Amino acid sequence: MSARDQARSIVEPAPFSRRLAALVIVVYALVSSIPLAWIVATSFKTPNDAIAYPPKLVFTPSLEGYVNLFTARTRQTPEYLASLPPPETWYEELVRKRNMVITGPSRFAGRYANSLIIGFGSTFFAVLLGTFAAYAFSRFGIPLKEDLLFFILSTRMFPPIAVAIPIYLMYRQLGLTDTQLGMIILYTAVNLSLSVWLLKGFIDEIPKEYEEAAMVDGYSRLQAFRKVVLPQAATGIAATAIFCLIFAWNEYAFALLLTSGLAQTAPPFIPNIIGEGGLDWPAVAAGTTLFLLPVMIFTILLRKHLLRGITFGALRR
Amino acid sequence: MAELRFEAVAKRFGELTAVRELTLTLADGEFLVLLGPTGAGKTTTLRLAAGLERPDSGRVFIGGRDVTDWPPAARDVAFIFQTFSLYPHLDVRDNLAFPLRAPARRLGEAEIRRRVEAVAELLGIADKLANRATQLSGGEMQRVAIGRALVREPRLFLMDEPLSSLDAKLRETLRIELKRIQRDLGATILYVTHDQIEATTMADRIGVLEGGELLQLAPPREVYDRPAEVRVARRLGSPAINLLPAALVPELVSASGVARIGIRPEDITLGTGAFRARVRQIEPLGADTVVLLEFRDTGLHALTTGRDGLQTGQQLALDLARDRLLLFDERGRLLASTGTG
Ligand SMILES: Nc1ncnc2c1ncn2[C@@H]1O[C@H](COP(=O)(O)OP(=O)(O)OP(=O)(O)O)[C@@H](O)[C@H]1O
Ligand SMILES: [Mg+2]
Repeated sequence: MSARDQARSIVEPAPFSRRLAALVIVVYALVSSIPLAWIVATSFKTPNDAIAYPPKLVFTPSLEGYVNLFTARTRQTPEYLASLPPPETWYEELVRKRNMVITGPSRFAGRYANSLIIGFGSTFFAVLLGTFAAYAFSRFGIPLKEDLLFFILSTRMFPPIAVAIPIYLMYRQLGLTDTQLGMIILYTAVNLSLSVWLLKGFIDEIPKEYEEAAMVDGYSRLQAFRKVVLPQAATGIAATAIFCLIFAWNEYAFALLLTSGLAQTAPPFIPNIIGEGGLDWPAVAAGTTLFLLPVMIFTILLRKHLLRGITFGALRR
Repeated sequence: MAELRFEAVAKRFGELTAVRELTLTLADGEFLVLLGPTGAGKTTTLRLAAGLERPDSGRVFIGGRDVTDWPPAARDVAFIFQTFSLYPHLDVRDNLAFPLRAPARRLGEAEIRRRVEAVAELLGIADKLANRATQLSGGEMQRVAIGRALVREPRLFLMDEPLSSLDAKLRETLRIELKRIQRDLGATILYVTHDQIEATTMADRIGVLEGGELLQLAPPREVYDRPAEVRVARRLGSPAINLLPAALVPELVSASGVARIGIRPEDITLGTGAFRARVRQIEPLGADTVVLLEFRDTGLHALTTGRDGLQTGQQLALDLARDRLLLFDERGRLLASTGTG
């Protein structure tokens, strides 16, 4: 065996440690996806299966949870049900079997739409404003720059909910309680400090020579920003957007306090889906499953940018 | 192409004066090289010309128009940077096309394609057009960077040590190539380097910068033969010029006020002459040989073409070309050169 065969790169891990690392990651991924799998499984169970003990691992899937999530129903006597014309749809039939009739859609779709509008709206503004602010902080000699940056960060030094009461009072005065606009402004404000700081870090990493080259090449500063800085900051913007969306999407306390009807988001709504005789677990699980989807899809869509960041080293010579 | 003129341009960074009262005119079609040690203010001078820095005082003119307050995009100059030359998110073709797609220019895609391919052909990177900017060797990157300046047909080229990261062979090839392109296009180029070979081979005139100050601006021959100061004399020539205190060689002092005498190594003849020295070290360079001599308790470099079997420790006679001595006063300024230049 030659020395070359034995030689080992010092940057590449050895095959054994690489396999070990992979094993640890797989185990971790499996363990952390158990609750997820549980929720998804529960959403396809009947109410009885959902609360069965010991838990049923094998069960007949049912869409009852999803039907209950999207509909409002009332219980009827068998005589009344018998007098009705036969059910027209598969979900009506499902509901009839439980001696109930559908009286209309539930409020879930509206709450879900609120979540989408508020979550993505506030993420959009937090990232947009954050990118411009971070660029300015990174490139220009702003008076009191350090103090301003510290001030922006200081808004994150206490949990946002600590200022819930003043915000509640303020919002009541301004008529912003229970409005989508109010929630978008609030989440944007909370996320802005995170996005400014994160993005400033990413933009600092982009050598200013690129913009200067573009400006000499005939672009204005704003055009250079769009053509040269934005593509290179894509990784940072994607990561920041994901963080902002996750916060806004999952936020519970402010949503509970500031919204009740029109602008209520999904998080305070889902746990309160009441069925007969207590919580309707399959419906709650169905709501949770649907609730998980947007963040998951968003992250998967942006994954390309996140991964590219790793191989995106600056071109130094 | 256009003329570039600096009028008493100064630039400070806080306490530090990077460029002081610079006045210089770069004629249309001229290749002017700024030569200077690190920190001399070479890059700053280029940035002032490009509009990337604002002068604290003084005016900058391009093609006779005062452009001091113009943004970089409006000046129509091309800049090859010392570092970070290519856009890493674009491939070679798009890097080359980038300046042509600028809103200020708005060329048609067919024309862009034609120009990009012509330049790629010229620089020998036609087969790399589809490569990402990050998938190139250093020399290829540098040629793309030069190409990005050439596609533009700008009024003025600013080049900041464009060849410094390349190996000697490639540097020589590109040096010749650049000079040829400059002649063919009649391009006006302000070129920065701290490599004296680049400076002397390419320049129509050399500007020697040090500490933000323009020490001399003259054709290469003149800068070499009649350096305005000791600092300029030291900058050109390899091995560097020998500087002897006047008191050490009183027989050579032909004028009053001479403090130091400069002798180029190639102006020392070994084997004959009125002076005596001892060989301390011999460095063969190939065709030439550098001989370090011990002469009246000081070191003296001589450059000889002969391979005349010198030995270290050997005593020998030498002659100094009296008609090529450089006499400096105590402030380092050239008093007289005995040579014809
Ligand atoms: N943006 C800046 N802020 C503060 N000081 C600066 C700045 N740019 C340049 N300087 C200083 O100005 C002086 C001249 O810098 P410059 O970059 O022009 O030198 P140079 O001649 O190009 O040197 P090199 O050969 O190392 O590239 C240096 O002392 C440098 O530290
Ligand atoms: Mg420099």
